[in-house]
Amino acid sequence: MATLTLDGLRKSYNEREVVHGVSCAVADGELVVVVGPSGCGKSTLLRMVAGLETVTAGTVSIDGRVVNAVEPKDRDIAMVFQNYALYPHMSAYDNMAYGLRMRGMAREEIRTRVERAAAILQLDGLLERKPRQLSGGQRQRVAMGRAIVRDPKVFLFDEPLSNLDAQLRVQMRVEIKRLQQQLGTTSLYVTHDQVEAMTLADRLIVMNAGIADQIGPPLELYERPATAFVAGFIGSPAMNLVRGRLIAAGVEVAGGVVPLAVAGGRGEPGRPVLVGMRPEHLEPAESGPLSVRVELLERLGADTIVHGAAGGDGIRLTARAPGGFAPALGDPVALAIRPEHIHLFDLDTGKRL
Amino acid sequence: MVSAPRSAIVPHAILIAGLVIVLFPIFVAFVAASHTLPEILNAPMSLVPGPHFLSNTIEALYAGTVKTSGTPVARMLFNSAVMALAIAIGKIAISLPSAYAVVFFRFPLRRTCFWAIFVTLMLPVEVRIMPTYRIAADLSLINSYAGLTLPLIASATATLLFRQFFLTIPDELVEAAKIDGAGPWRFLVDTVVPLSKTNIAALFVILFIYGWNQYLWPLLVTDTPAMTTIVIGMRQMIGNGDAETEWQLIMATAILAILPPTAVVVLMQRWFVKGLVEAEK
Repeated sequence: MATLTLDGLRKSYNEREVVHGVSCAVADGELVVVVGPSGCGKSTLLRMVAGLETVTAGTVSIDGRVVNAVEPKDRDIAMVFQNYALYPHMSAYDNMAYGLRMRGMAREEIRTRVERAAAILQLDGLLERKPRQLSGGQRQRVAMGRAIVRDPKVFLFDEPLSNLDAQLRVQMRVEIKRLQQQLGTTSLYVTHDQVEAMTLADRLIVMNAGIADQIGPPLELYERPATAFVAGFIGSPAMNLVRGRLIAAGVEVAGGVVPLAVAGGRGEPGRPVLVGMRPEHLEPAESGPLSVRVELLERLGADTIVHGAAGGDGIRLTARAPGGFAPALGDPVALAIRPEHIHLFDLDTGKRL
Repeated sequence: MVSAPRSAIVPHAILIAGLVIVLFPIFVAFVAASHTLPEILNAPMSLVPGPHFLSNTIEALYAGTVKTSGTPVARMLFNSAVMALAIAIGKIAISLPSAYAVVFFRFPLRRTCFWAIFVTLMLPVEVRIMPTYRIAADLSLINSYAGLTLPLIASATATLLFRQFFLTIPDELVEAAKIDGAGPWRFLVDTVVPLSKTNIAALFVILFIYGWNQYLWPLLVTDTPAMTTIVIGMRQMIGNGDAETEWQLIMATAILAILPPTAVVVLMQRWFVKGLVEAEK
């Protein structure tokens, strides 16, 4: 049981800084997910915590001890890699036992631990197999087992589900969540998949070009995204982000005027802003402030995703309607949105207003 | 019996033709080794094996011929075996750690080291033979096993092959080992060497045959009968007119000379096949 603290963590490669000072305190037993598009520095962040990359500036502390200069093996961490990184010539048992043997643990103790981990991960009967004789999901479990048997202070996951097919990914996602809750081990989890991030995380760190744009619980990020980037990244289908202009009655956007919950206080009238509206908050209505011409329908059964063009200047909006909603292509559809569901961002900085 | 499908006939014909071309000289050598000298010299030589194969072989093995000052072939085989084994094992033992260093460690002048090794590829033994001989002579390595093998062990081919293979080992495996607490030495012994098994087997075969077939260097660096290798020995057996060339013994020696490399190939081939099957997936 341990805490993990990142303080002003920076990383540069040859003068080029890729992580610009990330701070975050992971509480004991918490699962924090670092999410962002590829190249945002999330893996670099994780690798600095693991000790596989040197830290340019700032500190990594585990349980209050600064570990910047500590070898990976002495940090008391375990890592699950994207491609599993299992030793191809060793059996599943040996893969899990290797780290323990390196630490000089007694043979009996190793056997007990590996068998317990195998039972938790439903790997019984597969322990003698080599990695190539295992399916993707089983390999993934062996990689998890290798982390579990160590009973480390911190688990690090580097996109552990990316190599699995979609169905297995959903299944393993649930298993990881359950396992982490059961073991209560402090964890840092990196992924580019926002659904995975939302479902797993106690708290999320959304990374954008080396900066932690927002750190918070998943629903807080969903409800009050701090930047336009977070707003567009979290949620599926992605939030509509269109240019608008503040006026006295609300905000002028996509050829309509939408009232705002808090009149004023968000900037003087006439100011151009970025308006964010989630597809699930845009509802078809008898007459709405917004109107689109249907261009494409995605009928998912439970929902119908409406892609439409609003106004004359090629603004496109996406709305999530009930499954039975079936307008013809080219039909006009009126959309309404509740004032509290309007997000406003600064046009230049992307910061929430 | 169902007759073989038409498509199998042509490949088989080609294979059999190839086999005959390869095996016929060996068969002739075998036949010649089983006759007495007058029978061989009485043209045309019979192509039916005679009854003297065993006696000729034993004579060659333990007594040698007049031409080789009576050095028994057993001694030559031993010399060749020592030389081929030392070259194969020595090269692997040197090139595996050097490739490991070049691939997995960051140290000053790493690139320079790699290129220095690489450049020696362009200087095979034949090119540097005079300076090499001089050094061997100055170090009094003439007529010693060290002199026979050391200069041939120093070469870059095996290092390059191992380097290429090591580069295919994913970085994540190295990192997993770091986190597991395996230091560089343990990673080499527990992971890199086991993964290189098939490469080592392949190199061993190639290098053993390379060592076994050496002619020029042993010719220079040895001149006593006791240090003669089998390849040099066979050349010496063929007379220059002073005495009769004992063809039956030469042929028996040739057959004996083929056996060790063949054995190495056959034994190691199992590893190849195993390696190929394991590499699947």
